[in-house]
Amino acid sequence: MKKSRILMFLGVLLPLMLFVFPLWNITLEAPQYPTPLGMDIYINDFADANPHDIKNINLMNHYVGMKYIPDAIPEFKIFPIGIITTTIIGLLIAFKANYKWYLYWFILMAVLSAAGLYDFYLWEHDYGHDLDPKAIMKFTNPDGSVMGFQPPLFGSKDILNFRAHSYPQLGAYFMGVGMLLSFIAFFVGKKGK
Amino acid sequence: MKKIKYSILAFLGLAMVLTSCQPKAKTTNGALSSGAAEKVYVAPGEHDEYYAFISGGFSGQLSVYGLPSGRLFKVIPVFSQDAEKAYGYNEETKPMLNTSHGFVPWDDSHHPDISQTNGELDGRYVFINGNNTPRIAKIDLTTFETTEIIEVPNSAGNHSSSFVTENTEYVVAGTRFSVPVPQRDMSIKDYKGNFKGALSFISVDPEDGGMDIKFQLLMPGFDYDLSHPGRGASHGWFFFTTYNTEEANTLLEVNASQNDKDFIAAVNWKKIEEYVNNGGGKKMPSNYAHNVYDEHTHTATSTMKKEVLVVDPSEVPGAVYFLPTPKSPHGCDVDPSGEYIVGNGKLSADLTVHSFTKMISAIENEKFDGEAYGIPILKFEDVLAGTVSQPGLGPLHTEFDGQGNAYTTFFISSEVVKWKLGTWEVIDRKPTYYSVGHLMIPGGNSRKPFGKYVLAMNKITKDRYLPTGPEVTQSAQLYDITGEKMELLLDFPTIGEPHYAAGIAADIVKANSKKIFNLEDNKHEYATTNDNDVKVVRNGKEVHIYMTMIRSHFNPDNIEGVKVGDKVYFHVTNLEQDYDVPHGVSVIGANTSELLIMPGQTESFVWEPKQVGVWPFYCTDFCSALHQEMQGYIRVSPANSNIDLSWSLGE
Repeated sequence: MKKSRILMFLGVLLPLMLFVFPLWNITLEAPQYPTPLGMDIYINDFADANPHDIKNINLMNHYVGMKYIPDAIPEFKIFPIGIITTTIIGLLIAFKANYKWYLYWFILMAVLSAAGLYDFYLWEHDYGHDLDPKAIMKFTNPDGSVMGFQPPLFGSKDILNFRAHSYPQLGAYFMGVGMLLSFIAFFVGKKGK
Repeated sequence: MKKIKYSILAFLGLAMVLTSCQPKAKTTNGALSSGAAEKVYVAPGEHDEYYAFISGGFSGQLSVYGLPSGRLFKVIPVFSQDAEKAYGYNEETKPMLNTSHGFVPWDDSHHPDISQTNGELDGRYVFINGNNTPRIAKIDLTTFETTEIIEVPNSAGNHSSSFVTENTEYVVAGTRFSVPVPQRDMSIKDYKGNFKGALSFISVDPEDGGMDIKFQLLMPGFDYDLSHPGRGASHGWFFFTTYNTEEANTLLEVNASQNDKDFIAAVNWKKIEEYVNNGGGKKMPSNYAHNVYDEHTHTATSTMKKEVLVVDPSEVPGAVYFLPTPKSPHGCDVDPSGEYIVGNGKLSADLTVHSFTKMISAIENEKFDGEAYGIPILKFEDVLAGTVSQPGLGPLHTEFDGQGNAYTTFFISSEVVKWKLGTWEVIDRKPTYYSVGHLMIPGGNSRKPFGKYVLAMNKITKDRYLPTGPEVTQSAQLYDITGEKMELLLDFPTIGEPHYAAGIAADIVKANSKKIFNLEDNKHEYATTNDNDVKVVRNGKEVHIYMTMIRSHFNPDNIEGVKVGDKVYFHVTNLEQDYDVPHGVSVIGANTSELLIMPGQTESFVWEPKQVGVWPFYCTDFCSALHQEMQGYIRVSPANSNIDLSWSLGE
């Protein structure tokens, strides 16, 4: 088998690790939480980093009127279907198609990832801004607007007494490496031509 | 004038000498040295190296301190009611204080001891004795709560306890006072020959720690003062000091101090265990309470047991011997190797040390010096390992550092004396402030003492602290024993009378410490683990409120339909699952205490409203930014009212 095809196979299969490892993690640090509160986001679920973390995040966030983190969101149904679909497409490409299609698969994945990230951003924005009007504590920004409590999409940020961290996890890295491999496979294929 | 000049010069000279001496003094003067503060300093946020479990004596409790800082972390209620934790007040823990004498909400707690595996501390449990109404309690070190108490029948003044064998096979409960067995109405004058001293061997289940009296040895009517298990070669033996071998029943300070030598009773418990396992001993009707707290139901149950197996030592030849020991020995301490048994004769000028090897050889050669009630008495000279001569006044207790050194407290001369095993020479002595009783080296009652500190527990403090009226604190003092000479590092006040203590490296215990109770494991009969299950139920004149709590509200917070004369049970579940977020609750006029409920736990208290009105209840333990808002009302109507029960939250 050609080297490029092997790379493509590997690249296509790696995103399946998303079903094993978390995609993303949000961690909240504060002085009174020596063990920070954390939430792992899987392709199909929210999970506690330590037992009961989500429950405790909810309890704490209700002071400013944030909604409870839902047990499930529609994305948890769509994302797995998306990953399985792109994997099947990728496998078909790896079996049947020539190297040019490797690039198309890479672009497809890049577009879908960007869409996923944007969706994640929208969810975070809603979570951080759609506050209960009867909230116990109300905070405003220096300009007078209502303060939002949106966690960062990527990176670290101070939110009141908390420092929030939001970073991709192992599942996301596997997907990234997979995409990179398909991109490399395209060039290897092109060179071999 | 000349004279004055000279004296001034002399004074200056002396001052210079003293001043020039000071730098030297810093290294040798114990508490005066600046190094002492550094040695006990535990920086903010740092943890102590050892846990010290110090008995509360007449407080009936056990307190938890950190060493070397001497900081108090917790007072664990054991034999006494504790309003702070609702122990003995709430419905769940009231059964813990049940006895054959009814509800006994106090005791005199003396000697804590930590469970062992292979002769080393395993940090699973602490055992402690109740001296007054004989009981042995077990404290679970995952929760630092009392989880089991067993009453000891046929016993009185349960003093020579609670010490464990090296695999925690048994915890012993030896009676200090001999009494009629079984108890009966008889003349006190007929004490001699008729009263018995029960030494109880309480088995500890290796899996769940469950306690059970395996057998009681009915010994002659002496007073059994203290005890220690053998270890290593002497594992399988237990040693008990006795006094009042005169068997006097009045004015004991004189009449029990006549014999030049009393005994250390050496008990081969393995032999008796074998005898019992083969059907030996006889079952005697009895009545004693066995109280067990279940971590899943968060509730204790009390069972009355009706039988106890008793063994007459004369029927098990070779199981019990008496070692003559001068004079009214108090402490009975076995060194980490198990070879030396130290009998601290409190009225003796010397310290007597017996040899286990010599004892065995004397037994094998049947070198007896008579017998007492069928129990062979060994010859003093044949079992004596050596004598520490004139070490101080009033020797009480000895501990060991594992390096061949022993440390003995002297009550009358208020000091700790370090001496060497084998050579019996005194190495060092340091004063205590004042009237020291027990001392403790972490891991003391084990094969492997940690040997870094000795903690002296003092009865009297007089001028050592700010005065607090006629009653002043008792205290503990910490000495560094890593060098040839001891160094006093710290004094700190204690709860009640610090009778004895057990110390253990923090690392063995702290990793197992529970942070919360899992709500899904809550099997309490009245638990409400979900907000949807909240309810109020009437059952005749009883009203049961199934309530939940979370930051920062009760559910329900408005309750109506309760009547004067009702017995209202608040069954409250803390729905939190976060470390260190307990909530409290109490209601105006409650005749019990508040409840202090840990995350995931359910507790209950009874409130009997006597007045019509709308009465508030509230959270008693600061819980959150909205703790002050965590409150509710309960409406109490006249006894003949027909208002239905109703409850609500947020309406």
